[in-house]
Amino acid sequence: MLRVNDLTISFTRYGRGVSRDALKPVCGLNLDVKPGELLAVIGSSGSGKSLLAHAILGILPGNCRVEGGLLFRGEPLTPRRQKALRGRSIALIPQSVGFLNPLVRLGGQVRRAAALSGMAGGQARHAADAAFSRYGLAPAVSRYFPHQVSGGMARRVLSATATVGDADLIIADEPTTGLHREASRESLGFLRALADAGKSVLVITHDLKAVLPWADRVAVFHGGTTVELTAAANFSNDLSGLRHPYSRAMWMALPENEFAAEHASTQGGEQGCPFSYLCGCSDAACAAAPPAPVLFEDGFVRCHHA
Amino acid sequence: MLEAIDLGYRFGSSGPWLFQGMNIRIGPGEVVGLFGPSGLGKTTFGHLLGGYLAPAQGRVLLGGAALPVRGYCPVQCVHQHPELSVNPRWRLGRTLREAYDPPEALLDSLGIAAAWLSRYPHELSGGELQRIAVARALGPGTRYLVADEMTAMLDAITQAHIWRAVMDHCRENGVGALVISHDEALLARLCSRVIACGGVTGGMSAAVDLAGMESGEGFAGDRAQAAGSAA
Repeated sequence: MLRVNDLTISFTRYGRGVSRDALKPVCGLNLDVKPGELLAVIGSSGSGKSLLAHAILGILPGNCRVEGGLLFRGEPLTPRRQKALRGRSIALIPQSVGFLNPLVRLGGQVRRAAALSGMAGGQARHAADAAFSRYGLAPAVSRYFPHQVSGGMARRVLSATATVGDADLIIADEPTTGLHREASRESLGFLRALADAGKSVLVITHDLKAVLPWADRVAVFHGGTTVELTAAANFSNDLSGLRHPYSRAMWMALPENEFAAEHASTQGGEQGCPFSYLCGCSDAACAAAPPAPVLFEDGFVRCHHA
Repeated sequence: MLEAIDLGYRFGSSGPWLFQGMNIRIGPGEVVGLFGPSGLGKTTFGHLLGGYLAPAQGRVLLGGAALPVRGYCPVQCVHQHPELSVNPRWRLGRTLREAYDPPEALLDSLGIAAAWLSRYPHELSGGELQRIAVARALGPGTRYLVADEMTAMLDAITQAHIWRAVMDHCRENGVGALVISHDEALLARLCSRVIACGGVTGGMSAAVDLAGMESGEGFAGDRAQAAGSAA
């Protein structure tokens, strides 16, 4: 459904006066999502997770340069195609209630999303009603304003907005932040149901523990690149399935496990492997060049020592 | 000893009670967890302990006396969203040193790089900002720390790193802490005891101190029901 090949995003930023410097927050990023799959994108803040979502939707700011391939259904995602597809075939479930229009009743917002996805008036109304009932929202809720509903309910409305247009690729940005256990389980359960219905779902999150039971595969981000793409089942106390030291550190840092905190910095090196200066087994090769992806049957890893 | 005695709060003078009859005692160097779903008033309770809000009922006592109204508050809060708790127009060095000059050792243990201090908040990530917010709250005058979902928006590695540094500081300096979180595993890892609030329907009034029922702590209310829903 979606394939990202060596995506690189660079920013040009003005420093003092007219001096300009380039930042490369995302460099050499790879992943793919299949139909019927829920792929979790895991990483610390600043690892480039949200930039990936913005790049797929084509909503990066103007001072950005995107290089590398973004393929949707096998064809390149050009700015023109992104504009045509977003809201129709590619939908975003944003993070919080703050993304709803505070001055419009919830029903109106879902109907507008349906209309924007190309439906006619009556059809849009039906689709909106169906989306409401799909997420267990009472018809009365459609007359509420965003400030009248709880965080969990707002997330259901956002999910309804994103899925009303029958999109094939759904990107959820931090769907569990600020939610307690039951609500986060519900939020991820909805996404799993979408994947089971044949959609592709990309879940961007920092919360490894919450998303693991629902994900098919996990892409681990560090320093703007995918260090490992692996089956979710490989995150277990038997660490042998995890091929990258950062993935293992992520698992060991969970409070249920070792609560270990050896690799806490978010900065990557200027050249070489972005993890080399934190890694216990780094050597001259790691400092010299970034590792190329080594393919396995269930994913790949970028590590000179894998 | 930080004590909340029969604490109650409601917004406005006639609104519904958010919670009532809340009792808690935290000794020096003790780390106590407060667990429960959102919307029960956990954050408001933290604000009462930190002196941000005045209780509608009951008292907050520090060493038997009321919290000071002026000057540095010995009960310091660290909030969930660091980007909202720093001045966006100040460079972070000024924010960090607003109350005191944090020692190098503390900055090192929290992993704060000197280069961050000349930047503005929007130029740092959430994890980096939260480290600065934590360092700012751990001044020599701080006797108790209220950590309200302090690491909920951070990845596991950053979370473990910040908490290890904070726990070391608390142990060395006899600082007590109330850790508010919905992550049971994290509370089990950090706290000597955990106060659990009731389930979705139980409300803040149906909460119980799982480890200290005999001490009379926790919230007044149907304790048996709360213990059942928390199990």
